Amino acid sequence: MPKIIVEIMPKQDLLDPQGKAVANSLHRSGQKEISAVRIGKRIELHFEREITDKDLEEAKTQAANFLSNDVIEDVVAVTKED
Amino acid sequence: MKIGVITYPGTLDDRDAQRAIRLAGGTPVPLWHADDDLKKVDAVVLPGGFSYGDYLRCGAIAAQAPATKEVIRLAGQGLPVLGICNGFQILVESHLLPGGLIRNEKQHFVCKDQKLRVENNQTSWTNMFEKDEEILIPLKNGEGGYIASDETLKMLEAENLITFRYLDGNPNGSLNDIAGLTNKRGNVVGLMPHPEHAVEPGFGPDTKTAMRSGIDGLKFFQSVLQQVVNA
Amino acid sequence: MLGKKKLEPSGVDTTAMATTEPEREQPWQELGLKQDEYEEIKNILGRRPTSSELAMYSVMWSEHCSYKSSKIYLRQFGEKVTPEMNKYLMVGMGENAGVVDIGEGLAVTFKVESHNHPSYIEPFQGAATGVGGIVRDILSMGARPIAVMDQLRFGAPTNPDTARVVHGVVDGISFYGNCLGLPNIGGETVFDSVYQGNPLVNALSIGSMKHEDLQLAKASNPGDLVILFGARTGADGIGGVSVLASETFESTGPTKRPAVQVGDPFAEKVLIECCLELFHSGVVAGIQDLGGAGISCATSELASNGGKGMRVQLKNVLLRDESLTPEEILMSESQERMCAVVPKKKLKEFEKIVQKWEVEYSVLGDVIDEDRLYINWGHEEIVNVPPRTVAHDGPIYERPVKLPKYQKALNKDSSSGLARAKNASELASQLMELIATPNQADKSWITAQYDKYVGGNTALSMPDDSGMIRVSEESGLGVALATDANGKYAYLNPYEGARLALAEAYRNVAVTGALPRAVTNCLNFGSPENPEVMWQFKEATAGLADACLELGIPVTGGNVSFYNQSGDIAIYPTPVVGVLGVIDDVARRIPSGWQDDGNNIYLLGETFDELDGSAWAKDLHDHLGGQPPKLDLAKEKLLAELLHGASIQGLIESAHDLSEGGLGIAVLEASLRFNVGARIWLGDILDRDQIDQTAALFSESQSRVLVTVGREDDVKFQALCEARGVPCLRIGVTDSTSGLVEIKDVADLKLEDIRTSWSGVMSELFG
Repeated sequence: MPKIIVEIMPKQDLLDPQGKAVANSLHRSGQKEISAVRIGKRIELHFEREITDKDLEEAKTQAANFLSNDVIEDVVAVTKED
Repeated sequence: MKIGVITYPGTLDDRDAQRAIRLAGGTPVPLWHADDDLKKVDAVVLPGGFSYGDYLRCGAIAAQAPATKEVIRLAGQGLPVLGICNGFQILVESHLLPGGLIRNEKQHFVCKDQKLRVENNQTSWTNMFEKDEEILIPLKNGEGGYIASDETLKMLEAENLITFRYLDGNPNGSLNDIAGLTNKRGNVVGLMPHPEHAVEPGFGPDTKTAMRSGIDGLKFFQSVLQQVVNA
Repeated sequence: MLGKKKLEPSGVDTTAMATTEPEREQPWQELGLKQDEYEEIKNILGRRPTSSELAMYSVMWSEHCSYKSSKIYLRQFGEKVTPEMNKYLMVGMGENAGVVDIGEGLAVTFKVESHNHPSYIEPFQGAATGVGGIVRDILSMGARPIAVMDQLRFGAPTNPDTARVVHGVVDGISFYGNCLGLPNIGGETVFDSVYQGNPLVNALSIGSMKHEDLQLAKASNPGDLVILFGARTGADGIGGVSVLASETFESTGPTKRPAVQVGDPFAEKVLIECCLELFHSGVVAGIQDLGGAGISCATSELASNGGKGMRVQLKNVLLRDESLTPEEILMSESQERMCAVVPKKKLKEFEKIVQKWEVEYSVLGDVIDEDRLYINWGHEEIVNVPPRTVAHDGPIYERPVKLPKYQKALNKDSSSGLARAKNASELASQLMELIATPNQADKSWITAQYDKYVGGNTALSMPDDSGMIRVSEESGLGVALATDANGKYAYLNPYEGARLALAEAYRNVAVTGALPRAVTNCLNFGSPENPEVMWQFKEATAGLADACLELGIPVTGGNVSFYNQSGDIAIYPTPVVGVLGVIDDVARRIPSGWQDDGNNIYLLGETFDELDGSAWAKDLHDHLGGQPPKLDLAKEKLLAELLHGASIQGLIESAHDLSEGGLGIAVLEASLRFNVGARIWLGDILDRDQIDQTAALFSESQSRVLVTVGREDDVKFQALCEARGVPCLRIGVTDSTSGLVEIKDVADLKLEDIRTSWSGVMSELFG
């Protein structure tokens, strides 16, 4: 099933309270060598036919305008996957 | 004076907002998210709740709704808009207000009576308050942490766009204790606390005078009505 | 179990095959049926059941759905009644929830239910779906849900597993309830090691409606359509039924079918609004929510209640997971689904409304004029049963009952042998110790995670004695709700324990100024296969029924949760009783603590030396034995009538009932409420009631309330008490300037210190 993968991460310089909470939890369970945790999103856009370059461009636009909030997030990657 | 209240799938405090408008002396007009006809209202309230289940990001999907698009257009022309909690999130997602709102620092939903300072009383929704007036407004949210870049924060402080600040403790880790903002024009105001829950004696926060007697929220709605009358 | 019995690997088991292959082995035992029940099913059908029919019967005849062990006792709630008691009852037991007339053409529907076992397995989803389930029950009566409450019982506070359950459960209730926009207006939280492996999560909901909005779960008109709408059907909660799914026989790993249901409160919020619009548009002739046993339950109950039959095409069910077998679809407990009976001519209107709310739906079939439920899978008939036999005529057990071996010795072991405080300083430190025990400590850590404001109609909520919701904005007409249970009392004496739970909830409603009108219950017990537990159940139900009759308020519905035990250790019998009261104007409501300075504090009722089963005995001395406090329901009635009369005259500033921890705890709680201290003296109590200071402070004697009255109303109030024959003793004065709770001859306690001890406990334990 062809799909486009959009990966989104919180902006580097902004707070990530979820990541912090998870890091603390990992530390508590003994994994003290993990210096930080950041949690993002992986969004899959499924297609019923082959994906064109236009689809990819459209996905990049949607990723920037809707799937992510550019104030607090970065779109890290938009890629095709079979 | 007609004030529209938009209901999205998952909106929860719309009827409370309608009651607040009524108690302040206005006429509430229920508006539907899928309808871009705002029925010529004089102002709009985006109420609290969990529109679209907070899917993707709080307020993200609601920001795409036909009614929201129309609000954005009219806000540009000066229509007073008040975004409460989820409504604030929708305003931020719509870029009518800067910054972002993320999960509370303590990772829990919190419902408490919150002291606020009204730092900008020149907006459509705060003109009935004194400058730096301290008010008590219920707060209830899980994703109320305000964040913005250093640049944005500097700008907000410098231009006095911070309308409300948390006092006696920051309940959600919001930067600079920011509880609410206004745009430059002063017609679009967003805040995390819920003024519509402090409008009716007997159903608001406890005060020293009596249980549940706090009605500091009423002035929000009286302010906009006053402005509309004078307009 | 795995791999022992195999179904045909291809194709479904049809009714035709049930006749042509009568000897096929079926996993009736794995599905929880007894041999004689299996035989009875074959009797009813005149052949062996198909695997789908077997699945339906096994779930519908399970304890949870059929009440087979409890039915013979629950009957009392319908039998021990008078016409006078039932005069406000619009819908009684047997429906999704009871409905009570509250006046002005308005009614409320309310019920409490358990979701205990799932909350131990998966606390978050277990508690969340518990809230979802009870709210749907309320919705299905035609009401708008307006509030929720929860009754939680966890294990020992310091046991690490307790934190796992506490966090998950509170998060789950918060997540689901808040997202639905329902204020949480009260409940209780109890810690006791007896609940370690069996935490109790009971959830209550209440809804309001106009009389004419009432909906019932019946399909009575042949030709009407049966429509399933809401969330798609997936594999939630069918773990047990997967013995029928051929896949699990091959697998060596854990079953891929989860035993837990997963909830989506957003879907339910949308469903609520959609349903209310459907109801008000008059397009629905009958409605049932899908809870335990999903489609099996909805179809068989709608048909059976309507006295008609149904024809269903199971392939029409909208699926989240296309790999589900028919048996799994029938058993699925996917949340946020409803089943409506819609007259054909209303279909277009129905569709318009669900489409507006973007709710999915599918027509499963129609109502037929036969006493039969037919379910097809494509062209094959897989179910052909008389609906009544599935939904209502399940097995009825008369389980053996036996007095527990330990009972006599337990009842002889009174607390009178426990050492009492020898001086003021010891008394004071015991009081400070008690207020800081997890059971008495401030529960804001929990309740601050719940929205209490949404809707704008919450007149009272935690920490006041009952939750109160305004139902009519025009007149102020409202309802008060309180839920109570004391497992310790019920363990010592199940009959009295149930009566005491009712009395406490009744009293908690009365102290807010409302008049008690109706009852719901959630009966949490150990295994019914244990004759000692069965004895507890028999006693408790009798106690509750007798007490309801005496107080004149009927049970309108409730829930039974059995099997709350780990190995041989059963929980204390824990009958949770909820009382609903009505108040003509919520503006009259009475808070549980005093605010004004210089008001007289009165103790209503008498105090006896009865510390058995008390918090003092259990939490300070680790003792549980003897007999619970005496209860005279006539006194409770008098007390409630007095409070109501005094409240109507506006005489009462605050009223707080005395329960766990006795007078000492009640005084501290009333002072903490608005941070206003008091000067208390025990001398008059000691004299009049002939007891010592320990009994005065910690005895849990019943029918007692702490009341403050404005100076100008003293005379009137005292006269009222005398006229009504309610013992009334002035025991103190409120003091808003001292910052102290002074108990003469005991201690001057700083409010600040009390608050620090009391409010730090939960966050210290749970973060």
